Amino acid sequence: MPVKLVFLGKLADLAGVPEQDVPGPLDWSGLLAALPGPLGAAVRGDKVRLAVNGTLLADKAALAAHDGDEIALLPPVSGG
Amino acid sequence: MTAFSAAHPEAGGIVSFVGKVRPDDEVEALELKHYAPLTLKGMDELADAVLARWPLDGVLLHHRTGTMKPGDPIVLVAAAARHRRDAFEAADFAMDHLKSDAWFWKREKRADGWHWIEPRSQDHADLARWSE
Repeated sequence: MPVKLVFLGKLADLAGVPEQDVPGPLDWSGLLAALPGPLGAAVRGDKVRLAVNGTLLADKAALAAHDGDEIALLPPVSGG
Repeated sequence: MTAFSAAHPEAGGIVSFVGKVRPDDEVEALELKHYAPLTLKGMDELADAVLARWPLDGVLLHHRTGTMKPGDPIVLVAAAARHRRDAFEAADFAMDHLKSDAWFWKREKRADGWHWIEPRSQDHADLARWSE
């Protein structure tokens, strides 16, 4: 089972798909390598947060995902 | 609301608020997306915070996702309490938090296509009222 990336909000537009599978294990540099162009630049920005299996990461650079994990890429919320 | 009222027979009153897609000449549709593992957990935590802050019989938070038209209901918040002031304040608090820090992403469709909605400073100002 690969690592599943879930793109929320405008990141899904930049990715062109709502979800993408990448082989694990995956750390922060591996994630950026899998996201070229404007998508990678957006994810690198301070406002985008990551959650692994529903838990927010305090520090994106500490990402350590394994096969079967789900990483959500979260731009700022626009509220309900 | 009938079921909520029936579930809290000891309440002296219920305050409810329905938020709708604000009619706007330029907006044809609104789409709301969520991420269930965070959105639902966040709403559970918000409900717990509301119950901890006011003496309520119950609180109800209901949020739609998907595509909606101007005038469609988006959100329903209700609070049941022995006394009305607690119910009014609890519903107001819940709405301010849903509007500013709940895990929802919104985009609106205008004549030239879809546009993502950025966070509004007014929403953050509304939220700050509760931490004074």
